[in-house]
Amino acid sequence: MDSFLKRINIKEILRPIWQTLVFSFGSALVLSLVVLALALILDQTVVGQTFLAKYKMPLLTYTLSNLPQVLIDGLTIGFVYAAIALGYTMVYGVLEFINFAHSEIFAVGAFIGVELLTTLAIAKVIPTESLFMSYLWLIVAIIAGMIGAGALAITVERIAYRPLRGAPRLVPLISAIGVSFFLQDVIRFVESLTTGQFNRTFPTFGNFDTRVVMGQMSIGTANVNLGFPIKSAIVVIAALIMLVVLNYLVNATKVGKAIRAVAQDRKTASLMGIDVNRIISLTFLIGGALGGAAGVLYALKFTRIDPFVGFFPGMKAFTAAVMGGIGNLTGALLGGIVLGMLETFAGTFMSAFTMGAAGTEYKDIFAFAILILVLVFRPQGLMGENVGQKA
Amino acid sequence: MQAIKPFLRSLNQGYAPYILTLLHVAVGTTLVYLNPRSTFAFLLYLSSVGSLYAFKTSKPFKLITALVVALVIMPVLGVRNIFYLEIVFQISVFAALALGLNIVVGFAGLLDLGYVAFYAVGAYMWAFFGSQQFYAIFYAPGTQPANLPFLLPGDFFYLFIFIGIIAAALAGITLGLPVLRLRGDYLAIVTLGFGEVIRVLANNLDKPWNITNGPQGITPIQRPSMPGFVVDAFNSVFGGLIGKTVKDTDLYNVFFYLLALFFIVLIVIVAQRLEDSKIGRAWTAIREDETAAIAMGIPLVKMKLLAFASGASFAGAMGVLFAASRTFVSPESFSFMQSIGVLSMVILGGLGSIPGVILGAATVVVLNLQILQGLSLYLSQLRQSDAVIPLINFAWRDLSTQLDPAKYQRLLFGLILILMMIFRQEGLLPAERRARELHED
Repeated sequence: MDSFLKRINIKEILRPIWQTLVFSFGSALVLSLVVLALALILDQTVVGQTFLAKYKMPLLTYTLSNLPQVLIDGLTIGFVYAAIALGYTMVYGVLEFINFAHSEIFAVGAFIGVELLTTLAIAKVIPTESLFMSYLWLIVAIIAGMIGAGALAITVERIAYRPLRGAPRLVPLISAIGVSFFLQDVIRFVESLTTGQFNRTFPTFGNFDTRVVMGQMSIGTANVNLGFPIKSAIVVIAALIMLVVLNYLVNATKVGKAIRAVAQDRKTASLMGIDVNRIISLTFLIGGALGGAAGVLYALKFTRIDPFVGFFPGMKAFTAAVMGGIGNLTGALLGGIVLGMLETFAGTFMSAFTMGAAGTEYKDIFAFAILILVLVFRPQGLMGENVGQKA
Repeated sequence: MQAIKPFLRSLNQGYAPYILTLLHVAVGTTLVYLNPRSTFAFLLYLSSVGSLYAFKTSKPFKLITALVVALVIMPVLGVRNIFYLEIVFQISVFAALALGLNIVVGFAGLLDLGYVAFYAVGAYMWAFFGSQQFYAIFYAPGTQPANLPFLLPGDFFYLFIFIGIIAAALAGITLGLPVLRLRGDYLAIVTLGFGEVIRVLANNLDKPWNITNGPQGITPIQRPSMPGFVVDAFNSVFGGLIGKTVKDTDLYNVFFYLLALFFIVLIVIVAQRLEDSKIGRAWTAIREDETAAIAMGIPLVKMKLLAFASGASFAGAMGVLFAASRTFVSPESFSFMQSIGVLSMVILGGLGSIPGVILGAATVVVLNLQILQGLSLYLSQLRQSDAVIPLINFAWRDLSTQLDPAKYQRLLFGLILILMMIFRQEGLLPAERRARELHED
């Protein structure tokens, strides 16, 4: 036992945790300050006056009273993006290939989780009285999503990507786009054949919708509840656990070493006795499982899913991966959190700051604007090194 | 097997190919003329273009037969059954789009996943100026009075084809300048993003000023005027064959079909000339190896921009045509799925291969409009019947109405892309150079 404990690399467990804390608080602080400064400035202009006349409160008060909720939502969605982004970044790191179908792997995970819980709800297993059982079933759903999505990711790699290894770069990419489209309609087909309805909702059970209230704050005339919904906390904690486990796996185990070796140089790695195909499959398995878990968490947070649910989260997660520096795990984490925050801030405040000219409807393309900016000005991403032609 | 080959070869020698081609056209035409509702007859007729292309006949013969098939037979058959004209029109529009995308993806090797954005630029260009939208700009969608005047008369359509070309090319350059330095797969994602941005803008630019009328789309959009004497002339020449008096709405369909055809011919000529020029060789060099191309002194960004802009400009022209022919545009026509649809046509036919791309467009459109919709129809008939699936004893009646094969285009496009990439990367009718590359040994 003692020797086992000694072998655990505590540093690799703590590192992602403090990184996450730094990223979360850092981006929260910076964005809050920017928004507050903007509100302060705009309050002196015609924008603030129009807002005051319409809603009977200064822009600053509005901003302050919305800020806690925005931070929590941003953090929650940021962690979901980070979990998906890790799948993109792992595969890219090993194969230098954008796994376009990852967004559908995510969607399949979401569907498996939701279908499992729906079946349980029909069988009257949930909702249960016991809170412990509710959480247990949620964990079972997440694990089922992980297994299903991971298995699918391996299958896709085997069928649609492996035969194309060594072909020109665009060939596997086009195949991946095909897989993505194919899977969307397969989900739709299976769902409309078995349930007759391809929009599914996450069943209500447990205490996930309850809000933990930590206090109240009054800003001017507005009373703001300081608190968070339990499901946001679940999403954040679950994603954090996955991130820590993944980080440990990649950076502190023998398998992780093999993965990193394959990512650096496939040929040399195989000369060192690493089974490259197995490592690549493993990478897809890990990425897929993370995506599947993120899918179930996404369904928990947003309740409604449909076969095309993966597209935008997938694109945003890809943006997050590129923003952080694709191929870099810490970068994906940073990118996910920052992007989730940015998007939620923009979605909430843009409408008020532009007098209603542009608002939440532009939330989904916000990520693309960031992607283009990052690629133009810093193609290697925030944390990536400059790798020239290779990346 | 040994005996068959010389026989097949003898079919392609001397007078045999002439006879076979004419026979194919004649049988196809007669069947469609006699059974205007038969899908088989229509496909037979459509495939006669293929045998016209494949058989070894003299150039003047090919040209004259093609002209007769496209300019005489098709309008007559099309007016008799408007659905076929619609299919051929769609084939033409998508073939033109696919040929444009082929310049970008096939010649220059730049994967553009947001190609319909340029199509949208052209379409919204004419939709805005060729409708009442200009005067509705200060009304929220749905609140504008019905009697607003039109900004421009319909005949400005012809001018706007050129404006659409320029606008789309400018859009292509604007997007291309910052992103063309990126490597292939990043470029793909950025163009995808651009396509989505254009769609979301079209969806949401109904405020603060109502430019695109939001998700409802803009309608009515004007068409160029159709002089009365053209209708009369058409009636007096073909009236007997068609068996009914042709009205100008029917003739509009023919007109837009012919216009789309004209564009295909134009694009084919331009694409062919480009491919054989210095520019085309530069594109090939960039496609094969960027670093080597730079070393050879090829101005990389300029050449890429040129490919991007020329591909985009064709899409812009087709957009104007589309807006006028439908008299309606909405953001839905310009989704990511449409881009992938066009891409799957190019991939199916063969990257870089002009006849291949046309074949790809025809195949995908026919699969989409005839086969998938036919399946839908068949399924809904089964639902209304008492039939039961034998082994599992499942009544067709209980099948979910959500299951509608006509909506499964993604499955179709996805399968095409995967299967072609795995089994036949060079496409159905490969470009010569690519076929050589892929089968070197």
